[in-house]
Formats: sequence, C-alpha cells, structure tokens
Amino acid sequence: MLNLGFVVRRLLQMIPTFVFILVVTFVIVRLLPGDPLSAQAGDRVTDAQVAHAQAELGLDQPMLVQFFLFVKHVLSGDLGRSYVVQIPVWRLIGQRLPPTLILTAMSTILGILIAVPLAFVAALRRDRVSDAAIRGTFQVGLSMPVFYIGLVLLTVFSAQLRWFPVGGYGDSMADHVYHLFLPSLTLAVSLAAVLMRNLRTAIIDVLNAEYVDFARAKGLMPRVIMIRHVLRNALISSVALLGPTIGTLLGGAVITESVFAIPGVGRLMIDSIYGRDYPVIQGLTLSLAVVVSLIFLATDLIQAALDPRVAQ
Amino acid sequence: MTAAEDILSRPAVRRRRFGLSNLRGRISWTFVAGFLILLASLVLAIAPGLIAPYKPAAFDYKAILKPPSLAHPFGSDNFGRDILSRTIWAYRIDLQIAFFGTLFPVVFGTFVGAMVGYYGGWLETIFGRVVDAVITFPFLVLVIAIVAVLGPGLFNLYIAVSIVGWIFYARLIAAEIKVQKRLDYAAAGRVMGYSTARIILRHLLPNAITAALIYWMTDMALCILLGSSLGYLGLGAQPPTAEWGVLIADGKNYMSTAWWISIFPGVAIVITGLGFSLLGDGLSDMLRPKR
Repeated sequence: MLNLGFVVRRLLQMIPTFVFILVVTFVIVRLLPGDPLSAQAGDRVTDAQVAHAQAELGLDQPMLVQFFLFVKHVLSGDLGRSYVVQIPVWRLIGQRLPPTLILTAMSTILGILIAVPLAFVAALRRDRVSDAAIRGTFQVGLSMPVFYIGLVLLTVFSAQLRWFPVGGYGDSMADHVYHLFLPSLTLAVSLAAVLMRNLRTAIIDVLNAEYVDFARAKGLMPRVIMIRHVLRNALISSVALLGPTIGTLLGGAVITESVFAIPGVGRLMIDSIYGRDYPVIQGLTLSLAVVVSLIFLATDLIQAALDPRVAQ
Repeated sequence: MTAAEDILSRPAVRRRRFGLSNLRGRISWTFVAGFLILLASLVLAIAPGLIAPYKPAAFDYKAILKPPSLAHPFGSDNFGRDILSRTIWAYRIDLQIAFFGTLFPVVFGTFVGAMVGYYGGWLETIFGRVVDAVITFPFLVLVIAIVAVLGPGLFNLYIAVSIVGWIFYARLIAAEIKVQKRLDYAAAGRVMGYSTARIILRHLLPNAITAALIYWMTDMALCILLGSSLGYLGLGAQPPTAEWGVLIADGKNYMSTAWWISIFPGVAIVITGLGFSLLGDGLSDMLRPKR
C-alpha cells in the first residue's frame, strides 16, 4: 500500500516544478530580440499599430504583471493562438499529440521487451562471451545518435526491403502501429540500453540475496525463482529509471518524428521553429514539460507502491 | 636501513585512499583504449589539414557521388566533396562542442556543489528544490526551445546546454563534499587554521571530484550526440560547416543510392562516443575504491 505521507510530500514537490516550468516558458519567449509581435509582423506594420497591439496583449505592462497574466491564461487553458495557422495552440497540440503518445508508448514497450530477456541472459552468463556481446552491442547503440539509427533503419527496412512504409502515420489503429514500428524501434534502442544495464546489475545483486538461496533450498523450480523472486525485485529499481528515460524519449520523439515524417508534436515543434511560431513553441514546451513531470510523478508513486522502503 | 631512516624516507603526507592520488599501478585496459581513441581524435581535430587528403569544402564536379575508392576512401557527395576529408575536419567542430558544451557546467557546477555541500542549511534546501524542478524538465525540448528562440548556431547551443547542465555536476559534488567534510582530515585542516577556501579547494575537492569527473566523460559524449542532432535538424552548426550531424543530413536524401555520405560520419560519432565511455569506465575502475 502507498504511504500517505509520501504521496503528499511527492505532490508538494510538484509545486516548485510547475512554477519552474511556468517561469521558463514565460522567459523563453521574452528572450527574443525585440518583442514577439514585431518578430511576427516584420516591417509590415507601423509603430502605432505595434503599440496598440502590445497594449491589447498586455505587453506594455511591467514584467511581473505580464507573468501573472501569463499564468492566469495558462491556468484557464489559454495558450494563445498560432501565428501561422491561426487556431488556438492547445487545439493544435491536441491534434498532434496522439501520434507522439503512441510512439512513446510503443517505444517504452519495445524497449522493455528487448531489455528484460537480454538482461537475464547477460546477468546469468556474467562475464562470458554472450554477456560481453550484449553489453558491447548496447554500448554501441548508446553512442549512436537517434536520427542516425532512424536513417539506417529507414533505408534498410523501408527503402530497400520495403517491409515498412517510408513515413507517415496511417489511418486506423493497426495502421498506426505498423507505421510507427520502425520509429519506435529507433527510440527503443537507447531506452533498452539504459534499462538493460540497470536490470543486469539489479539481477546480479538479487541473485546473491538470501531469499533467493532460500527459494532454491525450498526446491522451487528455477523458472519460478527467476520470475517470482528475481525479476520482480530487480524490476523495482528499473521502474524509477523509467521516469527520466521516458522524458528523454519524448525529447527523442522530436528528432524521430522529423526523420520519419510523423505528424506528432515533435514535428510540430520543428515546424514551429522554422516558421517562428512562438506561441506554439511556448505552448509545446509547457505541455511537454508538464507531461514529463507527471510521468515522473507516476513512476515515483508506482515505485513506492512496489517497494515501501522508497517511501521512508 | 634503521627504523628512523625508514620513517624519514617515507613521504610526509600519506597517500589518500580515495581520489585522484590513487591512480598508481592500476591502469585498466578500458582506460587505455578510451585514451588512445580520444588521443587519435584530438590529433585529427588539431591538425586535420595534415591528415585529410582534400579540403573539406573542395568541390570536384568530375567526382560526384562516387562510391569509396582509393582516390576517395569514404566516397564523395553530390558536390564531389571528399567524405573522408569532411569527416576528419568535423572532428574539430564536434570535439569543440563536447568541450565548450560542458566547460561551464563543470566549472560552475563544481563551484555550486562545493558551496552547497560544505555549507548545507538553507542553501541545500533551495538547491534541492531547483534540482527537483529542473530534472523533470525534458532536457532536449528545453534545449531546442532555447535554440529556437536565440537562433540556430553553436554559441546558442552552448548557452542552452549550460543553463541546465551544471545541475548534474553540482548534485554529484555536493553529495561527496557532504561526506568528505565530516572526515578527520577535514577537521585536521580546520584545526590547523586553514582557510575555508583552502580546505575546500586543496583537501575536500580532490577527494570529492571523482564521480563528477566520470560523469564529465559521459556528458561530453552526450553533448556530441546533442550537437549533431541539432546539426541534423538545422539548428546547430550551419552548412557548409563540416559537422557530423550536418554531414549526415547532407546525405539523408541519398541513403539508397550513396549510403557512404551519411554512414561514415555516423561511424565517427559512434567511435568517439565509445572513446569517452571507455575512458569514463576506465577512470571509474581506477579511481573508485572497490566495494
């Protein structure tokens, strides 16, 4: 069961996180040389028009007032309007979020499916050839940039072998999964590498624990010991690792979506940068940061539920 | 030798059990391998003109999209530029990214970490909150957003990476200093009347810096990955600068017909990344006391 004190403490920790996210996303757009308005309009408007529009948007107010206006707008769900396509930012993000979420979920699942069995092989054949081969391969995978892995997979499996589509997102759910398989695999490589390394160490530690000796002494079947005792306990430390790595995954989605031309929020981010669409950049930074901090929260709570010692 | 002579011939200061002074006699093969890879990389970065057969931007319209051959060992691109030469010249840019992208974080993070670890108290409380807040921020998204606003280019990339990167060093250093400052030798330093600055710099820091030093190696590899990713997206080094991410982007439309344009720069990234990892692992084996 969850320790209530821990949950409350962990929820309180979210407050500085959210304040930080708000400050950063507020400041980012203010870092622009000049103001967002003239950055958008260029030379086409007069000074009087700029002043009028600034007053309308509250840009003539002191910084602190502007910040509170910004927070008020964000809390009421108003992220502004895209300069380029002229629709509310939150609706734009809502439209582009599903591909990214499916992509992230699929990569997480693929990463776990790859990492768990290999971690077992590596841990059980510790310091032998298969262990070295698995660890070496993942080390190379970790040293490879995401876009490079994507480009190679795309060339081999889509362009040459024609097993997968060259890009896009598809229409039905099955089609989405088919289209997003290679991109997910691309992202899963680094996740699997981090997870594998951590799980291998954890499994080696658990194998030396007394309760595993006891389970063996009881005469339990090796398979039962592995799944019920070893895997379960080794996985706990990896759950904590999932939070940060899924955060990295969402970042990696920005790159993967560009390589595979997937219409997700990552692609939207890059398009907005090229189009100088600052409200969208701001809104995206804000929502991605919130999503990641919620994933962190979830993994922390799950870990505490699995291992009461964490909550102490 | 008499006992007195024996004692006198010993060094006045005993070698510490932890830290940088513990290097003697335990050179691991991972350290040597990583060191050699990075040494070779450094030579390529310092003197690419002596090693690369062509100039990085030399067009040759008689050798367009040529596969690897004796004249062009890594092939040539759609402008007839030699891929081997461009990959070699890119060492200069990418190692620069690794160094300058981590320089401020290492220095500033070490300073903040030492302060937080030594003084603790409210400084530690504030620092804890900052860490909580920053760590949940998706790093790549933040860097891309900052670069988006400041504009593409390497200098803005350094700014973006530095804003967040110092936190990780500060956290590692603070945790170690907190342990070290309670040990006897720190108390001895205070009894001797040494200044706080001297105790921190000469005594605590050399013993507390191991973890941060090892992380620095990983961080430099990560920085190259980040720099080349931004270069690939058009937000980092700008073409025609020879940077590995830019080179890979140059070749992405030719992957099916002229794979060599993108593949070889990628291999350079992987080898350099492995060099940093091996060096980091080696340092870790050599510097950390065995459990």
